Amino acid sequence: MQIDLRTVSIKPLRYTFDHIAKRIGADKPASRYLEGTMDIQAVTNFHYRPLWDPKHTIFDTSRTAIKMKDWYALKDPRQFYYGTYTMARARMQEAADSNFDFVEDRGLADKFPAAAAKLALEVLLPLRHLEWGGNMNNMYICAYGYGTAITQPCNYQAMDHLGMAQYITRLGLVLGKDDSLQIAKSAWLDGAMWQELRHYIEDTFVMKDWFELFVANNLVLDGLLYPLVYQHIDKVLDDLGGPAVSLMTQFQSEWFVESVKWVDACIKVSVAESDENKAQLSAWAKAWRDRAIKTLLPLAKHALGTDAESIMESVVGEFNSRAAKLGLVL
Amino acid sequence: MDMRVKKKLGIKERYTVMTRDLGWETTFQPMDDVFPYDKFEGIKIHDWDKWEDPFRLTMDAYWKYQAEKERKLYAIIDAFNQNNGHLGVTDARYINTLKLFLTGVSPLEYMAHRGFAHTGRQMRGVGPRVACQMQSLDEIRHIQTQIHSISNYNKYYNGFHDFTHMHSRLWYLSVPRSFFDDAITAGPFEYMVAIGFAFEYVLTNLLFVPFVSGAAYNGDMAATTFGFSAQSDEARHMTLGLECIKFMLEQDPDNLPIVQRWIDKWTWRGIRVLMLVGTMMDYMLPKRVMSWKEAWEIYFEQNGGALFNDLARYGIKVPKCAEQAGIDKEHITHQTWAALYQYGAATDFHTWIPNPEELDWLSAKYPNTFDKYYRPRLEHWAEEAKKGNRFYTKTLPQLCQVCQVPMFFTEPDDPTKISYRESDFKEEKYHFCSDPCKEIFDHEPEKYVQAWLPTHQVFQGNCFTEEADPAAPGFDPLAELLKYYHFNNGRDNMDFEGSEDQKNFAAWRNESVKN
Amino acid sequence: MSNVFIAFQTNEESRCIIDAIIQDNPNATINEQPAMIKIDVPDSLTIKRSTVEEKMGRAFDLQELQIHLITISGHLDESDEEFTLSWKQ
Repeated sequence: MQIDLRTVSIKPLRYTFDHIAKRIGADKPASRYLEGTMDIQAVTNFHYRPLWDPKHTIFDTSRTAIKMKDWYALKDPRQFYYGTYTMARARMQEAADSNFDFVEDRGLADKFPAAAAKLALEVLLPLRHLEWGGNMNNMYICAYGYGTAITQPCNYQAMDHLGMAQYITRLGLVLGKDDSLQIAKSAWLDGAMWQELRHYIEDTFVMKDWFELFVANNLVLDGLLYPLVYQHIDKVLDDLGGPAVSLMTQFQSEWFVESVKWVDACIKVSVAESDENKAQLSAWAKAWRDRAIKTLLPLAKHALGTDAESIMESVVGEFNSRAAKLGLVL
Repeated sequence: MDMRVKKKLGIKERYTVMTRDLGWETTFQPMDDVFPYDKFEGIKIHDWDKWEDPFRLTMDAYWKYQAEKERKLYAIIDAFNQNNGHLGVTDARYINTLKLFLTGVSPLEYMAHRGFAHTGRQMRGVGPRVACQMQSLDEIRHIQTQIHSISNYNKYYNGFHDFTHMHSRLWYLSVPRSFFDDAITAGPFEYMVAIGFAFEYVLTNLLFVPFVSGAAYNGDMAATTFGFSAQSDEARHMTLGLECIKFMLEQDPDNLPIVQRWIDKWTWRGIRVLMLVGTMMDYMLPKRVMSWKEAWEIYFEQNGGALFNDLARYGIKVPKCAEQAGIDKEHITHQTWAALYQYGAATDFHTWIPNPEELDWLSAKYPNTFDKYYRPRLEHWAEEAKKGNRFYTKTLPQLCQVCQVPMFFTEPDDPTKISYRESDFKEEKYHFCSDPCKEIFDHEPEKYVQAWLPTHQVFQGNCFTEEADPAAPGFDPLAELLKYYHFNNGRDNMDFEGSEDQKNFAAWRNESVKN
Repeated sequence: MSNVFIAFQTNEESRCIIDAIIQDNPNATINEQPAMIKIDVPDSLTIKRSTVEEKMGRAFDLQELQIHLITISGHLDESDEEFTLSWKQ
């Protein structure tokens, strides 16, 4: 027997807002992602020039060399608006919390072999500062980028980097001693292994073109660093001491896989837009990739020893395949 | 955050290690190049480490608590939509407040999102950056939850359909638009005083509590829910704004005059924007919560009083404009509604004369002014409307160069005299509604002469679509202007009486109770 | 002497928080409005985690009160055990 539940049905005048209907047609409702994203940034009739940047208007397409007919073509395939973003992260946070509890309740940090713990602290803890760099850069794009389609997810990316910096910090508090974070910070500031990487990120801090920054940080740096650290170095730590560290870095591993979908979509669409974009994006990606490889080598050598070169080759090879699929010519 | 880690460090140390310890002094690039905007305003900061973090939230806690709020909120929005919740409002006139909100206020949330992203990158101190970034994230939450809540109304009622387009063009919406453009184009410290402090602390309760209570009183579950849910974010924003002020004032006594000037300017600019909210409270809510006068007395004079008493130890004084605002509280909503009513052919929401019971409420709430200055005109218009001569002004008003409100405000000591002020700058004359607006202009004329004043732009011929042809016979400038505004002429505008909204609401409500 | 205040959404969990506030702040005045409860206290208001836990019957992190919070007035100071609003003179 079927029970039909009814509410009073009245006929709507329209399915969605006109600016959305112009894009998807007037005959269907729009998703919350679309209604919360499309065309909500002002594009005209600005009242004053920024005192801090009078060469541009408040939102200005000329803050990048990349040109798009429609900046809203850069949609996020994850369809993150605030609600779905926070709920997705809350699920990951619950799992991460549960992992940290597991490690602590079973004393896995204390049981982790000393040599493995030492390596983990050396290679992971200073990365909390690099994460902070990712936060700064993505806030830059959120502030000065064009069109909510790309600026919105950069806010999320920035907060993700802060969250991951905090998870790394927490790992340091669990696995290390009272001075482990300070030792890691000193290494970040002075240690031989980290100076190229710190130089890389500091150079990104003064870049003006926000799309180049997107390439340098979100595509290239993350695209090489995450597989190196959270796949390959993670495996070494796991082989040396068991899964305690992997448990505490699971958030980063999962996060990377998800964020790649978004970064790839932005690059693919902007490359396909025009030959000029393709040339510019490829030039940026190549230059920053070549530099990133150099900066990551000392870290790879320290963690992977004699396997460093072959693993880096495989990481770079995978990055190159990924880039080729996006239409980049490196 | 697990308890063991918690017990190792107190909340303050833990938060330090989780935030400001992440940053470092750059050496490969000069710090001044990494942070190019935080010195030019003349604010002196000697020790960023003295910043006290308000609401020490790590990202994991943020995601957890905010996700819970979102789940609850969207469950209610879904229920509201599924059950034709819009038919539960007191009467369809209420829905016009939401049109004003979506076109006037929601886009400001978006600007706040971008503005706090800007300060979230440009402040040299890590602590304030983190707080600004969370606010940036909260603000996109606000615009999206507002769009999502109000989306259902867009399906059934007029005026909601192109809110960003209208926010950038309409003659009364440049009041809020220019307010935020002004804030975001100012330096990062001024932005923090303008929005973080003046708007989010001093004035916030004047926007949200009456508006959200208004929604609750009028049966709008969707707006009440997003309002209260957003307010919990606002509590964090308030603490950020207050901390910003304290920090600047404690860092160097030279900051005091700069900060005081900003507080004076932004309190005034904020009050001018809020008069739309006040008018909504007094004229647009079928079931009224309190009068603008009462809200002003509670939320500015009392609460604001407590705040400025507290800040007096730094040398901060109550903003100069408070005195005029105290006089204006008995007049501005009546003057504003009169303007919106007579320009109702060009408003994106309906207008009307309050019914006799509502006029009596206004008399009771405004014993010194309403019957003497404002009731007669409203009753006259009601009479005219009954005769079939509903009054519409066919031309457009001059706007104040600074606040961009039409020049209908009166002298503080004479409500029968329009208040005009003017200044000359580079051989042009500029016009203002008041002394505080003139003072703002005189301090930074190069900034305010840039303003895109909607009605002035109309008269310069800049507000027509490409197809408009002024030379064509029968050219109707108002109708053409409404095309530029993307109005559905005759459906979005004009009197509530006889509107499609009125007819539909009555018919649908009827349908939901009859067989 | 100025009041500080805090306002919460009216729901099951905030009821316990408010009961805790009343217990620990004898000078509190309660103001009930549609969907909202506002509590005014002269000078300073303190919410104690242990009292809230007692009322709620479960573990409670003070940061959780953000889910129900509407607005506040006064300078905020928070520790793991207490959440305080005050005006300093």
